[in-house]
Amino acid sequence: MWKWLHPYANPEISYHFTGKLLPWLTKLSFLLLGTGIVWALLFAPADYQQGNSFRIFYLHVPAAMLSMGIYVGMAIAALSSLVWQIKLADASAAAMAPVGAAFTAIALITGAAWGKPTWGTWWIWDARLTSELILLFLYLGVIALHNAFEDKALAGKAAGILSLVGAINIPIIKYSVEWWNTLHQGSTVSKLGAPSMATEMYWPFLLCLFGFVSLVAWIICLRFRTEIITRNAMRPWVKTLVCQPETK
Amino acid sequence: MQFNSLAEFIAMGNHGFYVWLSYGITALLLVALVLTTKSKDKSVKLHIQKRLQREAKLKQAAKKQQQTSNKVSTSTESTS
Repeated sequence: MWKWLHPYANPEISYHFTGKLLPWLTKLSFLLLGTGIVWALLFAPADYQQGNSFRIFYLHVPAAMLSMGIYVGMAIAALSSLVWQIKLADASAAAMAPVGAAFTAIALITGAAWGKPTWGTWWIWDARLTSELILLFLYLGVIALHNAFEDKALAGKAAGILSLVGAINIPIIKYSVEWWNTLHQGSTVSKLGAPSMATEMYWPFLLCLFGFVSLVAWIICLRFRTEIITRNAMRPWVKTLVCQPETK
Repeated sequence: MQFNSLAEFIAMGNHGFYVWLSYGITALLLVALVLTTKSKDKSVKLHIQKRLQREAKLKQAAKKQQQTSNKVSTSTESTS
């Protein structure tokens, strides 16, 4: 079953494979995000209660979903690195952490800018907001650990343990709006099959979501390639790659 | 189209500041992320390149030294 996956544990093959993906991910993310953002800003209707501040939704919700999704990906990579000693899993976890941190920051900032006109406050220490802030600190801790050791294998182990322990925060964020009384509204989009929102708002949201997903995939691929090169600097294939400028 | 004029679009019905703050900061953070990602890749490659050049130089210097020391040893042998 794992046979088809096995060659991608080879850093050189992964490096060239992700290199082939990059141009497509660039095009896809520009196309989806371009149409999604224009639709969200110009053509989507304003919310009947929140007015035009609802347009923040098209950034806030995809960013928040990705901040958790990237964390899950990072935790899975950390687990497979700790259990099966796959070195590339460490590289991918290190590639994901800064991207996840950026999207957590975007979710928090857009959330604050949305909260001010809707709730009358930028920040409140409620369950959803606080647990998302903890997620940002977890990301920062993982990044710090990845950079704290000269030995990348040791750094990956330390950061991996932190990201696995921190994974407990993900279900807390997800269900915080149900478990506690919070100011934050319940989920509108993740109800499978029947999203509780109008279709003229749902389509631009989907475009933005998948646009951000491909943008994230693009940035993670780029960072993953850098991590591979850093960890394999002594290999002959990296030496030849570095000496010849990449052919496009 | 939801807006009749550019001014209306920018005003966003009194929510302009919050909407543009969100979109602005998001764009800024994403651009910064992409730029740091690209510059890190470049600096890592440059770092390896420099290390390789240094190693090549050291190797050459060692070779030269060996050659000269060989010459010296042969010349001392011939005089003795």
